[in-house]
Amino acid sequence: MINMFAYNIPFASIFIMMVAAIVTPLLPKRSRIPEKLSCYAIALVAVLSAYLLYALTYPGQSLSFNFPMGHFPAPWGNELRAGPLEAVLSLVFCVAMLLSLTGNFSSTAEDIAPGRRQIFCVLVNLLTASLLALTYTNDLFTAYVFIEINTIAACAIVAVKEGAETARAALRYLVMSLVGSGLVMIAICLLYDLTGHLLMQNMHGAILVLVTTKSYMIPLTVSLALITAGLAIKSALYPFASWLPDAHGTSTNASSAILSGLVLKGHIFTIIKIFYRVFGLDVIHMLRMDTAIFILGLVAMIMGSVHALRQNNVKRMIAWSSVAQVGYIFLGVGLNTTAGIAAACLHIIVHACVKPMLFTAAGGLSNAAGHKKGLHALMGTFYVNTWAGLGLIAGACSMMGIPGFAGFASKLSLTLASFDSSVVVWALAALATSSVLNALYYVPAVIVIMTHHKDAHKNFTAPKPTKLYKFSMFIFLTLNFYLGLFCVPLLRLITRGVNVL
Amino acid sequence: MNEELKNIWRAFFNWVMGNGPRPENEVIPPEPPPDLPFTQKPHDKYTRFHEATLKERYNQWLEIHGLHIFAILYTGLSVLTCIVIVSLLLATVAELPPFGHERNPANNEVIRRYVEHGGHETGAQNIVAGLILDYRAFDTFGESAVLFTAAVSVLMLLGASRRNKTDTHSLPSSNAMDAYSIHAPPMRHHTFRKDDVILRAVASLSIPVILMMGCVVVINGHLSPGGGFSGGAILSTALILCANAYGFERVHEFFNERTFIVSSSTALMIYALSKGYSFFTGANHIHSVIPKGTIGNILSGGLILPLNICVGLIVAGTLYGFYALFSEGDM
Repeated sequence: MINMFAYNIPFASIFIMMVAAIVTPLLPKRSRIPEKLSCYAIALVAVLSAYLLYALTYPGQSLSFNFPMGHFPAPWGNELRAGPLEAVLSLVFCVAMLLSLTGNFSSTAEDIAPGRRQIFCVLVNLLTASLLALTYTNDLFTAYVFIEINTIAACAIVAVKEGAETARAALRYLVMSLVGSGLVMIAICLLYDLTGHLLMQNMHGAILVLVTTKSYMIPLTVSLALITAGLAIKSALYPFASWLPDAHGTSTNASSAILSGLVLKGHIFTIIKIFYRVFGLDVIHMLRMDTAIFILGLVAMIMGSVHALRQNNVKRMIAWSSVAQVGYIFLGVGLNTTAGIAAACLHIIVHACVKPMLFTAAGGLSNAAGHKKGLHALMGTFYVNTWAGLGLIAGACSMMGIPGFAGFASKLSLTLASFDSSVVVWALAALATSSVLNALYYVPAVIVIMTHHKDAHKNFTAPKPTKLYKFSMFIFLTLNFYLGLFCVPLLRLITRGVNVL
Repeated sequence: MNEELKNIWRAFFNWVMGNGPRPENEVIPPEPPPDLPFTQKPHDKYTRFHEATLKERYNQWLEIHGLHIFAILYTGLSVLTCIVIVSLLLATVAELPPFGHERNPANNEVIRRYVEHGGHETGAQNIVAGLILDYRAFDTFGESAVLFTAAVSVLMLLGASRRNKTDTHSLPSSNAMDAYSIHAPPMRHHTFRKDDVILRAVASLSIPVILMMGCVVVINGHLSPGGGFSGGAILSTALILCANAYGFERVHEFFNERTFIVSSSTALMIYALSKGYSFFTGANHIHSVIPKGTIGNILSGGLILPLNICVGLIVAGTLYGFYALFSEGDM
């Protein structure tokens, strides 16, 4: 039995972030207190999640537990559920969120009007709370409610930077995201009508009965397709990813890092939960959803990189690269095995650590080049802001899958996972092609920033990177190498987490 | 060989820079000779259609018809997609369990407990109120937070940006502005008449009634149909009517941006803290000190009455806030 302190952590994490969000509007305006409050709250939740992870993996502990929200047990009341996977993910989400905020502290101050900064902090707190709730929830309707919070807050942190470009991007994101929410809502209604439950394991039991008796097969298939399509739109799976480069490429650096690294992952983890806990892998295979996801993942891996190759703006290039990386995750989910899903979860973690680092680095470099985002304008900026340059190089190596960097670990585990399935040739071919394509656009970027340019130092009048920026980048780099070199215990932990999911 | 390699490297380098051949290497097309022979007139884009090459003809055609064809294709594909989705959903609905049948999957032990023991377990006569504010209070907390998020986002996008424009640009001075007080903010989207006697007379009669009705619906939420969401919507209509009859300044005197932020945040905070206590005691099997009361009394249902009031405040503020921000750009 788990100790009482750890038992209350899932509830406490969500609660702390919600209370921080609610208190923030009451704090004095035009001060930096709201930002500090956000950072401290997120750091506290990160520490709590780390303790929960320690308590759950301590030898002799039960690996997962349920937490009823209120005096009524699960099918009647709401319920949270925590296992090693949920604990790892919430730890990674909090750390990446914290580093995205601290690393971009100065660029946030430049981009966002002082009157709006307080509300930006409210939205960041709400986003963190919704990500934690999506990670821990055991109830499909609760998941939907927090998807809504996530949607509104995510669109608002794009629009928080003033300008026609961001307003257009935010509007586009809002429309696509709401289409996704609508599909998810319809699917949840259909599933409730068919199963009579909203709690995940009870739904699973009812769906197994439906499948064995072959009743209501059309509504079941349609609801699975709708919920997958809805969440795929929100997590930018390729044909539905047209909103992503605008939203992630034009917003302020902190927003880009948070959106690319974390917001997409919350929705993907919800899909994994729905596949694994609500439907079950056998039913998913029977309804052929794994094949659909696998093919879309393959297409996304290639097309995301092809689009990234055509970009001139460094932030848009990194944004399109996110589309390709989401393709990797869906490839793992589409393998429809425990190993595949574990590899997908590892890639979620890797991408959540690497993509914010890339956006923070790109922000630092374009700041060093006088706020120019064109790739050719960044020539020689490595020598102005070395920390940002190191971040971009490490991120690029990670995305290409160079051994020793984080991306290598997840690509390796995806490759190993694909050997168990019948589609191994396709998976390997796509992994190889996509890695080469990644190199084709990341290597030129690295060459550009490291090329000496005779006028460079004259033009670059940007202030030196702050201590906080250097510190955040150092942690990002450390995480990157840690994930790349010591991924085996983490992968074992994730596999245990997936097994008890 | 070496020269070739250098050329390839230069081409790669240029491609890396992202802008093709660099400007100094770019081949500038020679100017056309000033005097053309009589027979070779410079061809006109639209009159000499038959002289243009196939590609030029295609480009001209695209310029004239492209948008039109795109519009047709776009509409056609949209209609087709809608038809496919609609027929798919209709086919699904036709297959669903019949509405209200007693053997439906949704009629299970979950619903049975809500209906049979709802009143006794939550202390609320209105089972729906007991369901959303006690059994599944976490979802309702999330829903209130959705409203809060939306209101805060709209306030940030419309409120703050318009106010910045007031600081930087001069105030527009049209006749419509004269109807307002001296502190007239800009960006009015509709004019309002000061002398609308009928509207004011009706409003002065109906606003107290509407407010009373809203309070009754909120406060009796646990006894009769209604509750925070519906009562809050009624309360907001009173504010909107007041704003239309007497002007936004009148509402501004007692309900402005600061009041809205403070009331919404405080209400949500009371919800979070009281329900947080309830979640904590419930999950850890600690006895909760909140009394249930006698079913049917106004002071019954445990936390449901205060929670309804909180939700009512949030909903009323948010709906009025949306109206004020979208029509006025200020609150």
